[in-house]
Amino acid sequence: MNTIADQVLVATLHGRKVVGGIAEGEALVTDAHISGWGGIDSRTGTIVEMRHPLRGQSFAGKVLVFPGAKGSSGWSNAFHLTRSMGVAPAAMLFNEMTTKIALGAVVTRAPALTDFDQDPLAVIRTGDWVRVDADAGTVEVIRRAEPPPGAG
Amino acid sequence: MKLNDDERAMADGRDGPAVQRAMNLLMRYGEALGAERLVDTNNVCGTVSATTPFMRDFALQKGGMDAVFSEFNLDSDDVVEIPPAKTFTSHLQLGFDPDNAELMGISDEVVKFYRKGEGYIAGHGIQLMNTCTPYQVGNIPTRGEHCAWMESSAVVYCNSVLGARTNTEGRESTGAASLTGKIPYWGYHVPQNRLGTHLIELDVEVTSTSDWGLLGYFIGEQVQDRVPVVRGLTAVPNLPRLKHFGAAAASSGGVEMYHLVGTTPEALTVEQAFGGNRVLETLHYGEAERRRAYEQLNHTADDHDVDYVMLGCPHYTIEQIWEAARLLQGRKVHANSALWIFTPRAIKALADRNGYTRIIEDAGGVLLTDSCSAMSRAAPKGTKVVALDSAKQAHYLPAILGIQAWYGSTAECIDAACTGRWSGRYA
Repeated sequence: MNTIADQVLVATLHGRKVVGGIAEGEALVTDAHISGWGGIDSRTGTIVEMRHPLRGQSFAGKVLVFPGAKGSSGWSNAFHLTRSMGVAPAAMLFNEMTTKIALGAVVTRAPALTDFDQDPLAVIRTGDWVRVDADAGTVEVIRRAEPPPGAG
Repeated sequence: MKLNDDERAMADGRDGPAVQRAMNLLMRYGEALGAERLVDTNNVCGTVSATTPFMRDFALQKGGMDAVFSEFNLDSDDVVEIPPAKTFTSHLQLGFDPDNAELMGISDEVVKFYRKGEGYIAGHGIQLMNTCTPYQVGNIPTRGEHCAWMESSAVVYCNSVLGARTNTEGRESTGAASLTGKIPYWGYHVPQNRLGTHLIELDVEVTSTSDWGLLGYFIGEQVQDRVPVVRGLTAVPNLPRLKHFGAAAASSGGVEMYHLVGTTPEALTVEQAFGGNRVLETLHYGEAERRRAYEQLNHTADDHDVDYVMLGCPHYTIEQIWEAARLLQGRKVHANSALWIFTPRAIKALADRNGYTRIIEDAGGVLLTDSCSAMSRAAPKGTKVVALDSAKQAHYLPAILGIQAWYGSTAECIDAACTGRWSGRYA
């Protein structure tokens, strides 16, 4: 069983607020851009784009860490619908600012940050626990401690 | 973000709750972008329609089209009464052609709801162009004009060919812009962001419409969402070629702005196209690159029996309908195949008068409006293999419908429709 002592704060990132608010959740990290319309299923929050590394995985309730948006101008609407369906990400952390992602993040209403002091794609791993305080501009990355050598 | 007195008054509620909600969204959006201010626009292209079952149910449960507009066009927390558009606003393509709903597999109930919505849209002063190519049917922005457009193929045409200024907007930002005449001053509204980043040298001639699709597909993949500058054209491309080129580059990459040296308005010379920018990379487009783009566009296809031919992505021009009609005259669409051609309503009216619709219908084809197979997810029943003359449609349709797609020229596609077989080849 995990105890607090097993959890280690491995990094704190600082970024610029895109959408304010505080949230935490498990990280879902991809180094591939995400398409909205035609790339996600808004009813389930699942990535459906052919050949996308996260194809078949849902971002519902997770902290989505990705380089940025691509594809159709229906991006914001596709993410807006995830909020309507209750399957929006808990927070969004990304590197490349575009109109698609800015509007998409705003209407998804999930806390969002960009312009980081460290690359979140390099620092955060899928499965990490991530605390996002977009108002303060901070992201805390918490990871289960590696067992000591010989343990287990 | 800095607001002027007029913007502040709208944000404070002077013009009613809907305009106040619209300003609130524009401020949140502008701050998210890091924009410092808004800019005036009197040219908006967006979508208001509710053609999916989810949207229809949302409207029925929450208070009609005002509820749809409040939530999905303004991101408002409450349902507010929506006043008529303040700015010139054009409606883009949508989920089906109401005049061919049965053919597209749409129920009467959805059509009835759509017809009501159409009355709402027109009643709010939004132009029912219902096309991805508003620049074909009366909305041709002036060079330098600030616009707020959705639809990636229209955005790239607006910026690059017309020299007007728009980012790729979304449903909510165009809704807010239509009620306020404002959009964040950011991205392609700012002159220095419109300058070239990559130089593309043409080592082969690019002449036919099909050629332009291949070039666009190559460039988009190479430069993603940067600004390519193409040098070495031997002939001036017309509207259908640039319509196809931009749509292809916006699909494989995300190009929203390009320059063709000597042709497009902000690139009379290479120096003008790049301004003070350093050339990040110089790429050559030769025989190998051309062949690779062709092979990528045809990679999903291996079955030569063609069930379906779709033309009109982006929506066909009258010249393209004329060409299709000439290619079809005296021939019949094969019993095992189907031919659907998509165009704006206004151009269909012209095709009707010119007699082209009759020629297409006599051959067994259908001329449709308002939509396309990618938008509607509709194709003739049982379609397994489609033939397309659009790189954009060939990029999207296999994923959307789970079918194979052949890409080639219009003549090859018409041949496929009339023989039921794909015999196109790399030329």
